[in-house]
Amino acid sequence: MTTATGDLRLLRVTKRFADTVAVDDLTLTVQQGSFFALLGPSGCGKTTTLRMVAGLEEPTTGRISIGDTDITDTKPYRRPVNTVFQSYALFPHLDIFENVAFGLRRRKVRDVDTQVTQMLELVELAGYARRKPHQLSGGQQQRVAVARALVNHPGVLLLDEPLGALDLKLRRQMQRELKRIQTDVGITFVHVTHDQEEAMTMADTVAVMNHGRIEQIGSPVDLYEHPATTFVANFLGQSNLVDGRVVDRDGDLAVVDVQGHRLGVPTERVHAAGDAVHLGVRPEKVAIQVAADGPDTSGCNSVPGVVLDSSFIGVSTEYLVRLPWAQTVSVVAQNITRDPRLVPGCDVVLTWDRGHTFALDAAQAIDDGVERLAAV
Amino acid sequence: MSALAHVGGAGPAAQAPPTRRRSLLPYLLLAPGLLWLAVFFVVPALTLVSTSLFSGSLEAGYVLTWEFGNYPLAWSQYAEQLGRSFLYAGLATALALLIGYPLAYTIAFKAGRWRNVLLILVIAPFYTSFLIRTLAWKIILSDNGAVVEWLERLGVLQVLSVVGLTAPDRVLATPLAVVTGLTYNFLPFMVLPLYASLERLDPRLVEAAGDLYASPFTAFRRVTFPLSLPGVVAGTLLTFIPAAGDYINAQLLGSLPATAMVGTVIDALFLRVRDYPLAAALSVTLMVVVVSLVAAYVRRAGTEELV
Repeated sequence: MTTATGDLRLLRVTKRFADTVAVDDLTLTVQQGSFFALLGPSGCGKTTTLRMVAGLEEPTTGRISIGDTDITDTKPYRRPVNTVFQSYALFPHLDIFENVAFGLRRRKVRDVDTQVTQMLELVELAGYARRKPHQLSGGQQQRVAVARALVNHPGVLLLDEPLGALDLKLRRQMQRELKRIQTDVGITFVHVTHDQEEAMTMADTVAVMNHGRIEQIGSPVDLYEHPATTFVANFLGQSNLVDGRVVDRDGDLAVVDVQGHRLGVPTERVHAAGDAVHLGVRPEKVAIQVAADGPDTSGCNSVPGVVLDSSFIGVSTEYLVRLPWAQTVSVVAQNITRDPRLVPGCDVVLTWDRGHTFALDAAQAIDDGVERLAAV
Repeated sequence: MSALAHVGGAGPAAQAPPTRRRSLLPYLLLAPGLLWLAVFFVVPALTLVSTSLFSGSLEAGYVLTWEFGNYPLAWSQYAEQLGRSFLYAGLATALALLIGYPLAYTIAFKAGRWRNVLLILVIAPFYTSFLIRTLAWKIILSDNGAVVEWLERLGVLQVLSVVGLTAPDRVLATPLAVVTGLTYNFLPFMVLPLYASLERLDPRLVEAAGDLYASPFTAFRRVTFPLSLPGVVAGTLLTFIPAAGDYINAQLLGSLPATAMVGTVIDALFLRVRDYPLAAALSVTLMVVVVSLVAAYVRRAGTEELV
């Protein structure tokens, strides 16, 4: 087995199946010791990417390396990489101890007992060594799967939607657990998921994938605050996007004309080749005020609207507001002081900081990445 | 168990209170199966056992005299054939496993869209009579046929004849021919249970083994094979049991009395010599030995532990 450590690098990796391109010219560096998430909808190529790193699929073209060692042609059982499978794939005929010991025994490592016991303690399953997998709950099986992979101290640990089969509450708990384990052992984790919340809470770096390509890479905060494509803007959280045209790019601030309203956006937040843009802002960055009060709109972006609907969520209230050109946007307001006049039919003014505005290339579909009901 | 006590203690069903009548329902549902077992298994088995304790002659008639001496007589006279039966059946089972496992594995994992076609091909021989197919092997293995010619040319025959499985210049009428016939005839009974257990196996487990540093061979030895053990146990039983009692192959492909198996002897004793007590004693012996072997084997394999 190769004992390479270092950054995981994918260089121009492409994978074709028959006539579909699952992964398209992907170049990626995952820093050693980081928690990296590959986020995207099903069929975006994230699992294929993971399987290529594991050696379970062969890239059509491109190279994969860990540190200075090229592992593209290394057999899966010789790679310093272990996987936590989506279905856990625990061996049903072996008990928990032997499941965890499997990799160590294959490598003829000494003091298997000590290592397995330590690992079972780390995942808090010390008393379960002699049980069979089917005698454990889903969450416990998941922890066995993690222990079975981690005990080998791989250069990279791959996690293929490992929390997908768990219920919401257990999932939250396991997210914290995994994050704790990763911090403890300091091994590079590459986590594949379609759950944007999971990716954002756990990962240091998130790569958003769509159609076999990476849309954007960055820290969760970076991706959320500075989306560069409509897919990222819609897939990671929610965004209000309206069509506009850049009319002035003077200095730090660009001015975008949206149906006669001149709205400002920092030039560094304009990701468009031409002048046609989708102008966006996150719902919770928008303030909603009753128009009759004549709120002060100087120094920020503002548009008028009419409240269509409001839904009380507890920590916040979501308002659906109809803009003068019949488009509906969403505003999420913290429930600090609730204005009782904000009921459907009320004329309002929406204001938000120019710095929170972003502009995306209008060549992309405005609803790219919006989760549709059918997909849920 | 308590329901059983109810039934035993209850008078005629019509007088029983409603609760008891309800507890009879499972037994009514079981009745057809139990009746079938009673008529086609329990009664014949008891008849066979009692026949094995008869004495007399064909002319004077046989009567039940609790003649236990039939058993030592049968064992001393036919020990050779009994031993041969288990040897041939064992060899045939081993061969069927060696041929059947790769075949079942290929159908389950590698056949893709040909899977169903291959499965049908495995079963297809059943559409022809057992007797006809066995006779066909007589032609395949005939002295001037291609098989014998090639085996002779390659020196295989000479080697096998040293062990006593064949003659130096022929296969037919030798133990090898009988074992070949048995293997052939019971192969589908080996392949189908093997296929069923392999097909159920989650291929991701094999991937997981590879991910955990197991080479393809180790993954097979540590994961695939152990998980297919229920199929191996079922297949070997379904092959061994009928093979041990078979009387067609030894007769048609072997040469009597050199290759006679216990089935051949029982067949001759019942239908030609008409020594019913001795035939019955041999049958009971065969049954008891097979059941004990199977019980020991299943216990050892511990199939219930596997899943």
